[in-house]
Amino acid sequence: MLSNVHSKKRLQLFLGLIIGIVFGFFLQKGGVTKYDIILGQLLLTDFTVLKIMLSAVITGMIGIHLLKYLGLVQLHIKPGSIGTSLIGGIIFGIGFATLGYCPGTLSGAIGQGSLDALYGGLVGILIGTGVFAAIYPRIEKTLLQIGSFGELTIPDVLRVNPWMVVAMVSIVLIALLFVVEKLGL
Amino acid sequence: MEWLMMKQWSPYIVGIGIGILSWFSFLISDKPIGCSTAFTRTSGMIERLFSGKRVLEKNYYVRFPPIVDWEWMLVVGVIIGSFISAKLSGQFHMQWIPDTWSSTFGSALITRWLIALFGGVIIGFGARWAGGCTSGHGISGTLQLAVSSWLAVICFFVSGIITAMVIYKIIP
Repeated sequence: MLSNVHSKKRLQLFLGLIIGIVFGFFLQKGGVTKYDIILGQLLLTDFTVLKIMLSAVITGMIGIHLLKYLGLVQLHIKPGSIGTSLIGGIIFGIGFATLGYCPGTLSGAIGQGSLDALYGGLVGILIGTGVFAAIYPRIEKTLLQIGSFGELTIPDVLRVNPWMVVAMVSIVLIALLFVVEKLGL
Repeated sequence: MEWLMMKQWSPYIVGIGIGILSWFSFLISDKPIGCSTAFTRTSGMIERLFSGKRVLEKNYYVRFPPIVDWEWMLVVGVIIGSFISAKLSGQFHMQWIPDTWSSTFGSALITRWLIALFGGVIIGFGARWAGGCTSGHGISGTLQLAVSSWLAVICFFVSGIITAMVIYKIIP
């Protein structure tokens, strides 16, 4: 691994900025910085978001597992629980549809001049994360721990070689994209 | 260079591009792409302006100190990158009300502002509760085959689809 590069703090801040610029450029070119396209996905009339996400996941998954096999990267699995992913995920979805942007695409929307994202969404997200920080001590050891499973991966659960899962997930997601295209969505 | 000025690229080109970008993110920064902790940190910075250093002792800010880090810079980069893309294609313009919104709810600025603000509070709160957003869980977590991320992203979309259909009165 490029440990000497990873430990240079200032360089890393710069690299974060560069990766962000490329990411933002892609998001805007993909159209997902627009409220209309995100709501189109949630109303199931426009499948741009799904197409972008699934092709990113397939490409990313194969590459990251190959780089890991070569010893060039390590995984960063978020630990989780039913309490965090299920309850948090449902709350997130309600906000996602109401706001019409997620934190990343909201940042992109601000860059393209969407004022509802800047004055509404951004201010709201800052309040929401602040409120969460305030109540965190009260739920940290209770609600967030329900059904805790730690840093678990799908290959761990199935007790198979990660490549088996990479192959299966790739096939299923590519098939799903074919169906979406076939249906003209 | 005409392709840089195009309004929209194929979603597959964009998706593959983001996938390749994630390789570089792991390789050169040892970090998955994510966005929502940057908002937590900014919120902590603002809180610090009002209530001083004791903010740093809050449990959550001990975990995510209110400082400028890699992911914070990434979010700044997203704003810049989107601005560049929009400028190149002539799509940059100040707009308060999205078209889909105004065609159903009219063009009253205050309504859209309040709903966006409310939605922002909920998604910010939910993103931190879930421990990630559409980037951190939805792309970076799922591509690593993390159970927490697959579960979260399924909930994001199921809940998002139901909510959107209620808002747009497709389901009662």
